Amino acid sequence: MSTAIEKQVENLDEATVRFCGDSGDGMQLAGTQFTNTSALAGNDVATFPDFPAEIRAPRGTKAGVSGFQIHFSSQDIYTPGDTVDALVAMNPAALITNLPDLRQGGILIVNTDNFDKKGLEQAGYESNPLEGGDLEEKFKVHQMDMTKLTRQAVDGLGLSVKEADRCKNFFAMGLVFWLYDRSLEPTLRFIDAKFGKKPEIAQANVAALKAGYHYGDTVEGWNTQYLVAKAKLPAGKYRNMMGNQALAWGLVAAAKLSHKRLFLGAYPITPASDILHELAKHKHFDVLTFQAEDEIAAVTSTIGAAFAGEMAVTASSGPGIALKGEGLGLAVITELPMICINVQRGGPSTGLPTKTEQSDLLQVMFGRNGECPMPVIAASSPSDCFDAIQEAWRIAVEYMTPVFFLTDGYIANGSEPWRIPEVSDLPRVRVKHPEPMPDSNDEGAPKFMPYARDEKLARPWAVPGTPTLEHRIGGLEKQDLTGNVSYDPANHEHMIKTRAAKVAGIANGIPEQAVDGPDSGDLLVISWGGPYGACATAVHRAQAMGHKVSHAHLRYLNPFPKNLGELMGRFKKVLVPEINCGQLRLLLRSEYLVDAIGFNKVQGKPFAVGEIVEKIEEVLAS
Amino acid sequence: MSVDLPLPVLTPNDFASDQDVRWCPGCGDYSILAQMKKVMPTLGLPKEKIVFISGIGCSSRFPYYMNTYGMHSIHGRAPAVATGLKTCRPDLQVWVITGDGDGLSIGGNHLMHAIRRNMDLNIVLFNNRIYGLTKGQYSPTSPAGKKTKSTPMGSIDNPLHPLSIAIGAEATFVARSIDTNIKHLAETLKRAADHRGTAFVEVYQNCNVFNDGAWNYAKDRNTKADTTLELEHGKPLIFGKDRDKGIRLNGLEPEVVQLGSGIAEDDLLFHDERSHEPSLAYLLSRMRYEDGYPEPIGVFRAVEKPKYDDMINDQIEEATKAHGIGDLEKLFNAGETWEVE
Ligand SMILES: Cc1ncc(C[n+]2csc(CCOP(=O)(O)OP(=O)(O)O)c2C)c(N)n1
Ligand code: SF4
Repeated sequence: MSTAIEKQVENLDEATVRFCGDSGDGMQLAGTQFTNTSALAGNDVATFPDFPAEIRAPRGTKAGVSGFQIHFSSQDIYTPGDTVDALVAMNPAALITNLPDLRQGGILIVNTDNFDKKGLEQAGYESNPLEGGDLEEKFKVHQMDMTKLTRQAVDGLGLSVKEADRCKNFFAMGLVFWLYDRSLEPTLRFIDAKFGKKPEIAQANVAALKAGYHYGDTVEGWNTQYLVAKAKLPAGKYRNMMGNQALAWGLVAAAKLSHKRLFLGAYPITPASDILHELAKHKHFDVLTFQAEDEIAAVTSTIGAAFAGEMAVTASSGPGIALKGEGLGLAVITELPMICINVQRGGPSTGLPTKTEQSDLLQVMFGRNGECPMPVIAASSPSDCFDAIQEAWRIAVEYMTPVFFLTDGYIANGSEPWRIPEVSDLPRVRVKHPEPMPDSNDEGAPKFMPYARDEKLARPWAVPGTPTLEHRIGGLEKQDLTGNVSYDPANHEHMIKTRAAKVAGIANGIPEQAVDGPDSGDLLVISWGGPYGACATAVHRAQAMGHKVSHAHLRYLNPFPKNLGELMGRFKKVLVPEINCGQLRLLLRSEYLVDAIGFNKVQGKPFAVGEIVEKIEEVLAS
Repeated sequence: MSVDLPLPVLTPNDFASDQDVRWCPGCGDYSILAQMKKVMPTLGLPKEKIVFISGIGCSSRFPYYMNTYGMHSIHGRAPAVATGLKTCRPDLQVWVITGDGDGLSIGGNHLMHAIRRNMDLNIVLFNNRIYGLTKGQYSPTSPAGKKTKSTPMGSIDNPLHPLSIAIGAEATFVARSIDTNIKHLAETLKRAADHRGTAFVEVYQNCNVFNDGAWNYAKDRNTKADTTLELEHGKPLIFGKDRDKGIRLNGLEPEVVQLGSGIAEDDLLFHDERSHEPSLAYLLSRMRYEDGYPEPIGVFRAVEKPKYDDMINDQIEEATKAHGIGDLEKLFNAGETWEVE
């Protein structure tokens, strides 16, 4: 490209960019496009979309600010980044809420359009922050009226003012694309696919995108472009994956490879709805999606589907999981294989519906009446959802039990590169259904025993429609072997202990807990779920500083891996960072009598790497 | 070529499970169980293709007593359990057994939605106008003023009428029968079984322990001819011991009239169970004994509409036609991908 001004190129290992603006400004789209482009350019990426619970809060208010952060790197990365290198703020509310995360010396791109009296007041500014030079002292500031520039760019295409203004996120994208020397191609393809049927809108978006790009290229003050080289990821073919999508694809794969139809019974709830949306697109994989009238119907229809002999799944978030509690008890006592996904969000009650939290661990462990054990598995990252959910299905089938699967809003909406697996390498879950019994009118002939057990204590999964295996299951206590209703006190205790032993026995069929770093030392950091990336990065950093710190990330939360207690014993201290008030810590303490230390933050936000490093140092020093 | 083997000839006894039936002696549930067992062999289905799903309540113990597949689920949720089962397995005949408390109180939501989807289920609601299993509290069908343990001064709730609810949700098959009217009950169950789509059957059931005689007016040999009206498709609404009374429409209201004195059969309301407009069926469901009407028994409504379990599976077929059988490799590799060397 010809450039009027001398431009420099600076090489970086990594960078973090955040787009923020009003929730109607298209910031999620801008962020997603930038992510995909960076991933296609070969960077490792990690993202953090952050949006308000209100679909359209009053324009220009802090309540309506929507943000999307992308961390991209030439190294392996695990988090969307602690601080931001480049911030795009589309209005004063976005600026005031996001500026604290911009690092000193970082790039600040501001759309000046809404910095009038009303806009400033709505954001809570007493004076215009763009005046007086304060910002310039700390950051590299670029101000421009993007709204006006966008209108100019689309002039002549016959758009209304409103339509024209809607293109300004593409202008912002173009500018950032220039700044990090990104190709426009993927976004041009996206525009074509998405707006192809509305040619004037497509043209306008292209014009705005290019205008933004050229603005960077030609306007004075933009003299440095930043290059982040390709990451040295393991060889293979990659695509970008969001957590909920990976989860849905993992379900599709597990069903297909175990020769089952997939049934999802679900009721919409943020942040789990996308699982339903994604699966509804794949009906040709023999996927039945049932949008139930509520979560109770969602879980009970899932029990019906499990009884039918299919791969049965329900997905929700905390409040919905609360409603499912009674149904899950039925799934436990009927010993049917199924998966219950909980995409956790801020609680209690409706809490912070669009923000992340890890506070449903005790709910899924204990939130049912009676002695009602369920295995619990948690995913650690968006792409891990794909593998972990297949593992959940294996456990459900092998042990004939409902399984809880935990992710959270951060994993669900975050994205990262996913190495596309060979289908032949994916696990095959072998499902056995009992065959009809030999035909006999003989009184003494063996009868089908729906509650007989194999070596894993699993009962047979006899499917309605199979002759000679007719049987009844249900919520009243079952007599051992026959499955008949039984009020016998000794039998009740026996069945309770058997169901518990079955779940505990899963520990024999899962890998021992791995540890990242030496298997003994001063401190073991134990994490589960979303904080995986922040903890892994923090521990690596602490190790580089010479500390004797290791990291164990738990996928299996019930039962725990067999060696976990012994592993903890080899460290002087145990630290458990969690986005809750200490739920895993409580379990570890009660199970192993270990004096685990908690690091807890419940602000609807994931951990920053820096704060975990700090905590590690503090614990080591004490 | 497959040979159609004749089905083994089954008897009601083949449908009896080995479990002792534990309802109170004299409970109306026994009769319903007996009629169900009688109907089963007439359905042309082998035992293994039949599934009973129930909620919680005395009536919901039903599946344990049938030698078919079955599930005794949780309070009120049987329609939803049955929905998951039937969606996956349209080849099975699925019965839902529920009570007035189970179906209309805690499970009202699921009942309404199963019906409006026209899921191919046969739902039988045992209406004893009381909570039996929890020992005698008033139910959503108990009449206002009903004195029970939980309503010592009389219930101040207005009752629900199951068939009005079902018709309001546009059930494609709606019928009513009475536990002691065994021939009628068996016929009604059989017709429900034959219906494609949701069949909703209300059965007046006596709880002789907590609400004895609730339906006496409809059962008593001396009064039932005047207090009930047997519906027949295409026939005028005639009732009474001497079949000398009828129902005529006066504006939008039904009116009891004496045949003879200037009123002929042709002046009466004729029953049309196949009317696509549910208003007539609704009007019939509103005829109450306490308002001076005979209460209709039989089939109120029987219309054909697409069934949910067919449609959801048709969509799968359609999607498969459009995109081919799902191929994981294709799925994983579609869209934007990149290679790392
Ligand atoms: C969640 C839940 N709430 C309450 C109960 C207690 N309960 C069991 S049966 C029942 C009412 C049953 O009444 P109905 O459906 O009329 O059945 P009947 O016993 O009269 O046949 C109640 C309230 C329960 N089992 N589960
Ligand atoms: S309590 Fe009533 S409904 Fe229940 S079994 Fe006894 S008589 Fe039947």
